[in-house]
Amino acid sequence: MYKIAVIGGPDSVAGFRALGLDAYPVQDAQEARRTLREIARPTDDPYVIIYLEETLAAPILDEVRRYDAQPTPAIILIPGRDGPIGIGQEALRQAVEKAVGTNIL
Amino acid sequence: MAISYKPTRMEMSRLKKRLVTATRGHKLMKDKRDETVRRFITFVRRNKELRERVEALMAESMQSFVIAKATMSSAAVEEALCYPASAARIGVESAKVLSTEVPRLSYIPTETHGLPYGVLGTSSELDNAVARFSELMPLLIELAEVEKTCNLLADEIEKTRRRVNALEYVMIPQLKDAIHDISMKLDENERGNLTRLMKTKDMLKQKEG
Repeated sequence: MYKIAVIGGPDSVAGFRALGLDAYPVQDAQEARRTLREIARPTDDPYVIIYLEETLAAPILDEVRRYDAQPTPAIILIPGRDGPIGIGQEALRQAVEKAVGTNIL
Repeated sequence: MAISYKPTRMEMSRLKKRLVTATRGHKLMKDKRDETVRRFITFVRRNKELRERVEALMAESMQSFVIAKATMSSAAVEEALCYPASAARIGVESAKVLSTEVPRLSYIPTETHGLPYGVLGTSSELDNAVARFSELMPLLIELAEVEKTCNLLADEIEKTRRRVNALEYVMIPQLKDAIHDISMKLDENERGNLTRLMKTKDMLKQKEG
């Protein structure tokens, strides 16, 4: 039994709060970075999934990629209110390139 | 870095054993790499499909939320949602894909039935938006599982490929070279010894004669 968190703009996270996810509303990417670092730390009751809004993830991808090789937490990029901006897809493409050498999708 | 060795028979048989191990390891690693890539591709396809679906649905859900906000004051929306339902929890088990540990996530929905707020003072649009979000949740969890699996597998594939290449292009050729060198040196010693014996025999013969 583990927790799920969502980091995003105040408007984006409100809907998730209704489902019982822990919402962390932030204003900008720097705040997102701090929050992410804070909640991704291993504790007794860690977050297994952290959903992060794409627009906030764009400037702090280095921070996001750090967790790729670890079993937990899974940092999943989700589109914000204005629809997807392609970073989530891009991350997938990069994983494929890393593994196979070329983009096969 | 070349392998350092002494040109002795002992050393050569030791190197030969290492070569056998290296060749075997190379074959196994290569098989592992190929199979991991095959699995990875199926995961990645599912990942892509899920992501596309989530992204499409997400936009809709967000939109319905915006509509909900338009029908109520944003303070009222905040108020309705600030008492969260009992926290959503998630079950985690681990599975193995070719000795890479990957998470298996299962969604445990909140226990409250229906909506986390009362009907008084909230609009049906908000109910609608929340319902959409809760429909989205299982997909989001599956996306998290598959995406994490993909990332972990990609990492593992990269490592395995490096190992395969290190064995194929560095380790095995170096071992082969070393073995070849030693066998050449041993042969040369043998020839040297033979000539010396023949020479000594000749010299002894001349002394007697």
